[in-house]
Amino acid sequence: MSLSGACAIAGVYEHPTRWAPDKTEFQIMAESAKGALDDAGLAIGDVDALFGASMTMGAMGIVELAEYLNLKPNYIDGTNIGGSSFVAHCTHAAAAIHAGLCDVALVLYGSTAASTAMAIGTGMGHGTRNAWESFQSPYGMTTVGSYAMVAQLHMEKYGTKPEQLAEIAVTMRRHAGLNPAAKMRAPITVDDVLSSRLISAPLHLLDCCIISDGGGAIVVTSMERARDLKKKPVQILGCGESVCHQEIGAPDLLTMGARQAGERAFAMAGVQRSDIDLAMVYDSFTITVLSTLENLGFCEVGEGGDFVSGGRIGLGGELPVNLDGGGLSNNHPGMRGIFLVIEATKQLRGECGDRQVKDAKLAVAHGTGGTLGVAHSGATLILGVD
Amino acid sequence: MAETPELVHPQVYASWETRGYWEGAGRGELVLQRCLSCGTVQHKPRGVCASCLSGDIEHFVASGRGTVYTFTVTHQNMVPPFAAACPYVMAYVQTEEGPRVLTHIVGCDPADVRIGMAVVADYQPQQRTDGEQFAVVRFRPAD
Repeated sequence: MSLSGACAIAGVYEHPTRWAPDKTEFQIMAESAKGALDDAGLAIGDVDALFGASMTMGAMGIVELAEYLNLKPNYIDGTNIGGSSFVAHCTHAAAAIHAGLCDVALVLYGSTAASTAMAIGTGMGHGTRNAWESFQSPYGMTTVGSYAMVAQLHMEKYGTKPEQLAEIAVTMRRHAGLNPAAKMRAPITVDDVLSSRLISAPLHLLDCCIISDGGGAIVVTSMERARDLKKKPVQILGCGESVCHQEIGAPDLLTMGARQAGERAFAMAGVQRSDIDLAMVYDSFTITVLSTLENLGFCEVGEGGDFVSGGRIGLGGELPVNLDGGGLSNNHPGMRGIFLVIEATKQLRGECGDRQVKDAKLAVAHGTGGTLGVAHSGATLILGVD
Repeated sequence: MAETPELVHPQVYASWETRGYWEGAGRGELVLQRCLSCGTVQHKPRGVCASCLSGDIEHFVASGRGTVYTFTVTHQNMVPPFAAACPYVMAYVQTEEGPRVLTHIVGCDPADVRIGMAVVADYQPQQRTDGEQFAVVRFRPAD
């Protein structure tokens, strides 16, 4: 039997905190675990598989997390491929459950990036004793700088305009205004984005994600078991993973991991791009959204500027994107892939109030980890409800 | 806008695999690798060919000429010494030999940098206490 449709998201929880100086990462994860298990109608004793990643967990971090939660799971996976990790964890969990290695998987994330003043976007570029990193470290590579080089190339090659990137930020803020939990809710305009200060040209301050604390949890189980639980199961219909890097030195910076991962996920799910009701894509920066939508196949590479214009990616548009307000306005604790799956799940269960996409049946979630212009990972999930 | 402020680049560290590149830079040469088995030219340097895994690799001195593939004018980097050097131009340069190298564009107003612009390698020797003769490779507009 195919993996497609064999497993489901049975419970989700987005931690409400955006500022948690009084909490630790593991505490946020544990509180999120409680939330997601309650959502599913399960208890911690039902969990036999643990998945997790964070900005500070070390090589044995997943074992420490198991200890913190007093769990002795049959299956553990601390894969850390950046912000996309949790999307990949759902895939790994589904595969392990489908193979009979475990039954109920808990995927966890927690972060205190904001309250511990972690410099996520513009604090890289330290000297390093790592010989491989020495090809970057002399040059002051920043996260935003690597994405800015992708934006610059896109603009040069296809005439993409700063106004088009800005519209993405404006749309995410509009969605955040409909999400009571979002950190930044006051409306902004294209002019606000373009007149905000340049961080790494051509990206302005408001082209960049915010920094917050936060966390979340997801419960994955078999479709068979999920049917008997509290909430409507959200089926995992397709999945895919990928990495993009410098290759032998000549990568096309406009090809994202979303291409390889997305193609596999759509093929597995057996659905078309036009069937998708909403997309949750990692929006570290405005360019990330544009390039992800191109690489997922919603338009050709080069057409992204036009695609994101005219309200198409807003609520009520042809392909609503990031209904929670995304990393640009809702929350961004450093690795926000988990929120893509959480919001997609809530949308497919019809629980999103003012920001609900009407009759949403099919969603794509795509996480990007690392940095587009240097090396990154991609993980795609196609989720659906009957 | 003023010319990019002179920045003293952080110290680099070489492994056995990458030493040829940094020593070459120290001599004022852009050193790349070629696989003697399949002909692949690669960067960053490795002990094996990243196309066919052959260990039969040679170093060669590239022309040092290239064009700007893409770039960003960095206005914010909170880490010293970059914080004081903003705005600086970080770029990928497409070398004549094929690989794209991460670098800085120096010797011109950041506002004048364009994709496709012809550039040549420029070397900043490192002041070091470990005896290594390394330099950081930047590029400047070709004359």
